[in-house]
This record gives sequence, C-alpha cells and structure tokens, in this order.
Amino acid sequence: MKIELPQVGESVTEGIIGRWLKNVGDKIEKYDPLVEVVTDKVNMELPSPVRGVLREIIANEGETVQMGGLIADIETNENEENANHDKSGPDVTEQYIGTTGVLLKNTAPVGPTGSGGPISREEPLSTRGKNPSQKSRYSPAVLRLAEENKIDLSQIAGTGINGRITRKDVAAFIESGLTPPENKDLPAMPANNTNLREDQEKIPLSPVRKMIAANMVKSATLIPQAWSEVAVDVTGMVLKRQSIKKSFMDKEGINITYLPFVVKAVAESLKKNPLLNSSWSEEGIILKKNINIGIAVAAPDGLVVPVIHNADLFSIAGIAGIMENLVTKAKNGKLGLPEVQAGTFTLNNTGALGSASSRPLVNHPQAAIMTTEAIVKHPVVREDAIAIRSMMNICLSFDHRIMDGAEASAFSMSVKNLLENINSETPIY
Amino acid sequence: MAVITVLEAIREAMREEMRNDERVFIMGEDIGVRGGVFLATEGFLSEFGEERVIDTPLAESSIAGIALGAAMSGLRPIAEIEFADFIWPTINQIVGEAAKVRYGTEGKLNAPLVLRAPQGGGVRGALYHSQSVEALFAHTPGLKVVTPSTPYDAKGLLKSSIRDDDPVIFLEHKRTYRLVKGEVPDQEYTIPLGKADVKKPGEDISIITYGLMVHHCLEAAQIASSENISVEVLDLRTVRPLDVESIINTVKKTGKTLIVYEDNQALGIGSEVSALISQHAFEYLDAPVIRLGGPEVPAMPFSPPLENMFMIDTEKISTAIKELAEY
Repeated sequence: MKIELPQVGESVTEGIIGRWLKNVGDKIEKYDPLVEVVTDKVNMELPSPVRGVLREIIANEGETVQMGGLIADIETNENEENANHDKSGPDVTEQYIGTTGVLLKNTAPVGPTGSGGPISREEPLSTRGKNPSQKSRYSPAVLRLAEENKIDLSQIAGTGINGRITRKDVAAFIESGLTPPENKDLPAMPANNTNLREDQEKIPLSPVRKMIAANMVKSATLIPQAWSEVAVDVTGMVLKRQSIKKSFMDKEGINITYLPFVVKAVAESLKKNPLLNSSWSEEGIILKKNINIGIAVAAPDGLVVPVIHNADLFSIAGIAGIMENLVTKAKNGKLGLPEVQAGTFTLNNTGALGSASSRPLVNHPQAAIMTTEAIVKHPVVREDAIAIRSMMNICLSFDHRIMDGAEASAFSMSVKNLLENINSETPIY
Repeated sequence: MAVITVLEAIREAMREEMRNDERVFIMGEDIGVRGGVFLATEGFLSEFGEERVIDTPLAESSIAGIALGAAMSGLRPIAEIEFADFIWPTINQIVGEAAKVRYGTEGKLNAPLVLRAPQGGGVRGALYHSQSVEALFAHTPGLKVVTPSTPYDAKGLLKSSIRDDDPVIFLEHKRTYRLVKGEVPDQEYTIPLGKADVKKPGEDISIITYGLMVHHCLEAAQIASSENISVEVLDLRTVRPLDVESIINTVKKTGKTLIVYEDNQALGIGSEVSALISQHAFEYLDAPVIRLGGPEVPAMPFSPPLENMFMIDTEKISTAIKELAEY
C-alpha cells in the first residue's frame, strides 16, 4: 500500500521528511512511528496507518513533500486485513487508509513562527453589514493556483461578480511579483554553489532555517513597517519581582521572570487597542477576538514562537506557569502544532541577549511585534532631581497599513503605564 | 490555394475519391440527373456513369440498407439522405445494423459506408428541413459522426470518412454550403477523424462548438476581443469520437467554458463534453461549464421571428461570453 503524507494539523501544504524511524524490510504494526516530519518548527512522528512490512522509502530524508505526496510503500497482508474486517463487521477505519490525519478545512497555512491558524470567522470591517461577498467562494482553478504558488488568497482583490477572485486575478497577482518567494528558491543560490571559493564555507540550510528565512522575507516584503521606541521606568517591577522571587519559587517551583509582567501588560493593552491584534487583508482589517501572544524563544535549531492563548484571561502567576511549560518544550524541540499556532501578536525579549534597542520584523500576518530590551540602571530626572532608576526600552514594529503612529503609540504608552505602575500591591494571582 | 464554398469542397472530395478508388459510388434521391438538390453531385453522372451514380426511389431505409449491403460486400458507398430530417427511416439499418457489423462478426466483416446528410436550421426550412440529428447517432458506439464547419475541413474530413473502414455519418450544415467560403489547398490532403481544431486561440474563455456555430462563435469572439475578453474557439469537427485531449487542454488553459450547439441542448453533445470536463479538468475550472444549445422545442418553427428565437446566433453567444467573463 502506498503511504501518502497526510494532512497534518492545520492546512500546511508541505512537509520536510526528517529521520526514517523504520528501515526497508522492517515489520510495522499499525500506529508504529514511521517517520519524522518537519512542518513549521514542529517535529512530528507520523504513525503508520497500516500493519505490514516497509517495502520502499519513496521520500528520503530532507525531501520536501506536498501533502498527499507518496512517501513510502508498505506491504500489507490483504488476507489478514480482510479477515479482520469480517470479524469486526463494517470497518470504519477503511475510509482513512492511506492517511493518518483528517483534512481540516478553513485554515490558513501555519507560518514558521506560529502565525496563521484557523481563519477568523469574523467578517472584515469593510464588508460588515453590506451585501454578502462571494470573495471567498473560490473556484477549483483559483484554489489550485493559490496552492501551487503558495498564495494567501485574502491578499487578492477579486474582480469577478460579487468580488469573486477569478483565475485571472490570481495569475495577475503572481505576475505582479507580490508573492513571497517560495522556500525552494531560497536554498538554491546556484552561483554560490558552483563558485564557492577556497576561503569560503557553505553551511547547508536546515529546514527550520529555510522557514525562518521565508517568513522574514514575507514580513520584509509584504508589510510596510514603522517603528517606535519608548523608555519605561521599571523600577517598581524590578522591586516587585525581587520581593516575590523566593516565595514564588518555594510555592510554585518556578523562577518568576519579568516576562509574565510584560505579557500581562501587553494583553491588557491589546484589549484597549484592538487594531494591534489584527491582520491586514485587501478587503478589510480583520480583528482577532482572542489575544494569543507568541513569545520568541531561542531554541537549539533556531527561533521558535510558542503561543500563550487567551493571555488576557490569566494572572501573572498563571502566565508564568504557562510560559515555563512552553519554554521548556521549545528548548527540547517538543512543541506540538497547537502550541505554535494562532498567534495574534508577538513579544520578543531581546533584552535577555543584552540588546538595548532593536527593530523587530512583524510576524506575518500579525499587525505588530514588541520587544523588551535590557533593564539598565540610568540616572534620570525625577521631580527636578537626579534619580537612579531601572530603565527598559520597549520597541514596537507595526504594519502601517493597519494603523498610524497614533494608535501604535497609544498601545506603547498603555504598556508603559501599566509597567510603571507595578508596585508591591500589584496582585500576581 | 483556391477559395471555394463548403458545397464545392464536398463535391471535390467525392470526385477525387471516386477517381482514386473505383469501389466508391454514390446513391441517393435526385443525385444523378438532377445533380443533387443542392447540386453537390452536379456533373457526376456524366463523368462516372449510371453504375456509380445511382438515383434511388424516395425510400431512405432502402438507401441505407443497400449502402450497408454494398459496404459489407466490399464496396465503398456514399449514400445521400436529401435532408437529415428524413434520416429517421435509416435508424434500423444504421444504428441497429451498420454500427454493429464489425462487433457482431468479431471483426470478420465491416461496413465502410458514408451516410451524407445536409442538416441544421436558420434557412427558413421549418419542421422538416431544419433538424439537427448528430446527438442521436453520436450516442451509438460503432458509428463516427462528422460535423464540418469550413471548406478545408469539409473536404479533408469527407475524404477520410470515405476511406474509413467503418460507418460514418457525415452531417453538413446546409447553411454553410454557400455561405462559408475558404481556402483549400490544391494538393491532395485529408484530415483525421476525431481531431478537434483550435479555430482561434484565446486566454480567457474557451468556446467548444462545431458545424455552423463555429462561425457565429468566431464572430462573437471577435466582438469580445474589442472588450478585452480573449476567447478561444475549439471546433470539435467530429462529435464522435470526441477529441477529449483537445477539450481538456483548452479548459485547462482558460478555466471557463462555453459549449455552443444548435441541436437541442438537453442530452446533447454539450452534455457529454461538459461531463468530460468536470471529470478530467475539475481542478482547472474557474466557473461553471455553460451550455448554449437549442431550446426545449420539438422542431424548428415556421414563423421567422420564432425561428430566430430558436437559433443560436452571435448575439446570444456574445451575451453568454460576457456573463462568463464576469463570473
């Protein structure tokens, strides 16, 4: 039986074959781990859909395979299978032969840093209350072209009846060159391959590196980004953390960092400034009702962005607990797909690396990304006197199509105020 | 190259084949002394003599039956049915027998006959001089059904039909006889049966059609191009066998298909073409496949305004093109 790469999780279009966990000739039980598949940054073990003997490995390690593409051939004992069917009557699993996943519909591709996820059911602002649009009624031709060229159809303006996107609209979009470069273009660089000089060395691109590269190009080419920096007096937060550090460790077994305080402030500020928790589309700005904050984590293979879902519903202690769990998993490469999906805003603690100021790239298709920079003691003026305060910069990059400086600054100032008002009374539970 | 009419092309094809192969003979009503009601066989009697140019009684079942017997005996008859409207008495001989000869005798016998008939409306011919009969014959495996549109195609396809070793129904649209002129090479040539022809390449919409409608479609495509709609016109040329590859190729190119035919729309050639498209080119469709065919009316009306309503014309095709382009 030919084994296909199943649709894993939300509609990822392709996967990279990792290590084969079985060799040709191996006996395999149903659900035995067969092969590692890398999609986005999540390594997954693909279970065998059938029992049998691995006859052929069709897709080798490192190969990029489209969902539904053939990866292996497993010889099954038909008689035995039939016998089983006889015993158990109609076998519902039969219809799933060849796949181990379920095809999910209405999902956006998962971005390398955890963006994407289920497409919001909310109507874009611009069409609310108007005649029903047929923009998202895609013809088979449009769907095929979009998939083949990795195009986000929400970025295309339809010229067909009731806003339908036609095959020609997609073709024109492809020709306009607005599409993000495909992954496969990135590693090619034939000139370098053939003309590597003696004093040069080539590092092969890992799957994760390729994905990060593709997403960064997407961000830099598709989103017109503006940037701002705000200095925050975090003396209160530093003292608060100092005061609860030991008791928190004793009680919860977790080292409390500054980040949960920041996540809490960001979540509250996003609630007050919903434009920062949105996505751009040609038809309108799509507001996201859930506040899912991605946290950039340096993992061994590269940047990972696990997501704290519904961050606004948790206390500082709650956020600390969730983060501890996610960061541990990220560092061990154990994050599951749901844990990196559906992010609506990204937070990056560049201060941990010693940075005092940075210009992050927005995590496409999100609206904004914020960094927290190193906390440094500075002499500052307080009530006409020089005071030594713990200062931290927060830097915000945002999609200037969605909002202007006024909205972005309102958000930054909200985060600043919330952080500056942390004191010994601030509840962490 | 000479510019000739469809009628002249058909005459040339028959004359050349009769000169090439003495097994070829013609038979039908008024084809000898009269030279055919449309003069398709004018001059044949004096050139080929009474043995090869046979005037028959008004008995279509006999014409078809005799042609079938002659074909099974090694001759190559071209039998003419004066108007396709009178073809129905031949159904037993053609559908019931000729189509099944090769199969029924396990290939020991075959029936290389051509049944020619002028068909189609738009000529103020009313009920009994306007019918389209291709779908009824095309339904039967064992028959080939040819529906030429231009002088070049008519000549090349008729020569191939005469040389074919199995029964061919050759349906000439009578309105094209003198209306459509075109270049035909001076050298001998044939056109294979079962090969469609792109009469005009285009990018946005594919029209699949045959016979007289090819010309209306080309006209409508011309009008559409002035509105920046690029239309491809595929002439099926033979409606059985259908050139599935060419059909799928044009659909893959444009994603939007209009099938135009004068014959009644329901269960017609377009219905089969449409089904083939959805089966083989589903992922390339950008719009529903649209058929533009004859109405659900039993026959062509007498009244000229009603006949105009019945017939598919350039204006109706233009409207359909626009709707499809907007989808």
